[in-house]
Amino acid sequence: MSQPSPAAANHNTHESHAVPGWILLAVYLALVILTGLTVAAAGINLGQFNIIVALIIAALKAALVVLFFMHLFWDSPFNSIVLICALFCVAIFISLAVMDTTSYNPNLTAPQSVQIGQ
Amino acid sequence: MNTPTTLNTATTEHHDPYLAHHFDSPEQQNASAKVGMWVFLATEILMFGGLFCAYAVYRHLHPDVFEFCAGKYLNTTLGAINTLILITSSFTMAWGVRAAQLNQKKVLIACLSLTLLGAAGFLGIKAVEYRAKWVEHVWVGAWNQYNADYTGPDKVSSTPSPTAAAPASRPIDPHLLVEDANAGTANESKIKPRFAVDTALAAPPVATASAQRVDYDDLSTPDKQRVNAFFSCYFLMTGLHGIHVIVGMGVITWILRRSLRGEFNARYNTPVDLVGLYWHLVDLIWIFLFPLFYLIH
Repeated sequence: MSQPSPAAANHNTHESHAVPGWILLAVYLALVILTGLTVAAAGINLGQFNIIVALIIAALKAALVVLFFMHLFWDSPFNSIVLICALFCVAIFISLAVMDTTSYNPNLTAPQSVQIGQ
Repeated sequence: MNTPTTLNTATTEHHDPYLAHHFDSPEQQNASAKVGMWVFLATEILMFGGLFCAYAVYRHLHPDVFEFCAGKYLNTTLGAINTLILITSSFTMAWGVRAAQLNQKKVLIACLSLTLLGAAGFLGIKAVEYRAKWVEHVWVGAWNQYNADYTGPDKVSSTPSPTAAAPASRPIDPHLLVEDANAGTANESKIKPRFAVDTALAAPPVATASAQRVDYDDLSTPDKQRVNAFFSCYFLMTGLHGIHVIVGMGVITWILRRSLRGEFNARYNTPVDLVGLYWHLVDLIWIFLFPLFYLIH
């Protein structure tokens, strides 16, 4: 671990402390391992759960990048709030759209096959 | 306006030529810039969110199309290599930000150069992939062999074979045969119409039914006409991401040039920090694109 340079030490009021190198390395290794894991998991047939496993791993990787590479772990919480708001809006958007998609399926059958009673 | 003398005075006052006069301290200036960057990144997430929404809807409606296309046309190995390249470049970028904060000029220049190299490698592999799609006639619109307006060689017909298409042979949903209570009575006008379920639409997804790779012939008739949905999503999402990579290369080149001039140090490194945030977001989006497109099966 390299010590902060003299210039940095002189101005130790500097808000954004450099992230320790070992944390960056550990996060990088974790990201590589998780990538291998998600490829391996895709090779196993879990039916519907494949997509869920893939998304959980992707969310884990995203959390690592956001917290440590993007410094949100140490940053002012305001930046995290901005990010969470964006994710929240996207979540509402996608979930409502997907719910809406399936709601009309019974009415969306081929018109030529409409028959009445017997 | 500013004579050299007044400029010097201002500099001495602030001890910092980069500190804008409306900020109290470099820390406050950096924090404000970061909030602005995060708001910009939020709008980026919302923009990609719309595309992810389109993806979710189309994949929900046509799961077999996505199985078929991803299985047949996407190269998982190239996708995985690109994921590793982008993660590595994200790592070198993060290390570059650290180097800038620690006054390590040479490390910063090396890290930015490596990040740039990773971006170029990513785009190179992406170009190989796009070229393969062009050769296989699976681009969008008239350049896709599965589309009705395609005129090139190897056109795939989505019209089902005559036996399968004959309406008379279409199996009638059993619940249609149940006699309506009002049939044959004076209340015939009260017979409620029942809608036949198109067996092609109602068929369970091939993939979950057989757990095997989906071929074009396995697709239902409506799905055969919706193969384009996959390629539209693929090219829009990876294409917009690719444009972000190109923009990223531009801004990294810009801060690389500035760091070669020695403009960044422990007190002033906000541009490196912000470009880093942008580059990590590009990585972040690819982290989701990779499993959603390359790992469907």
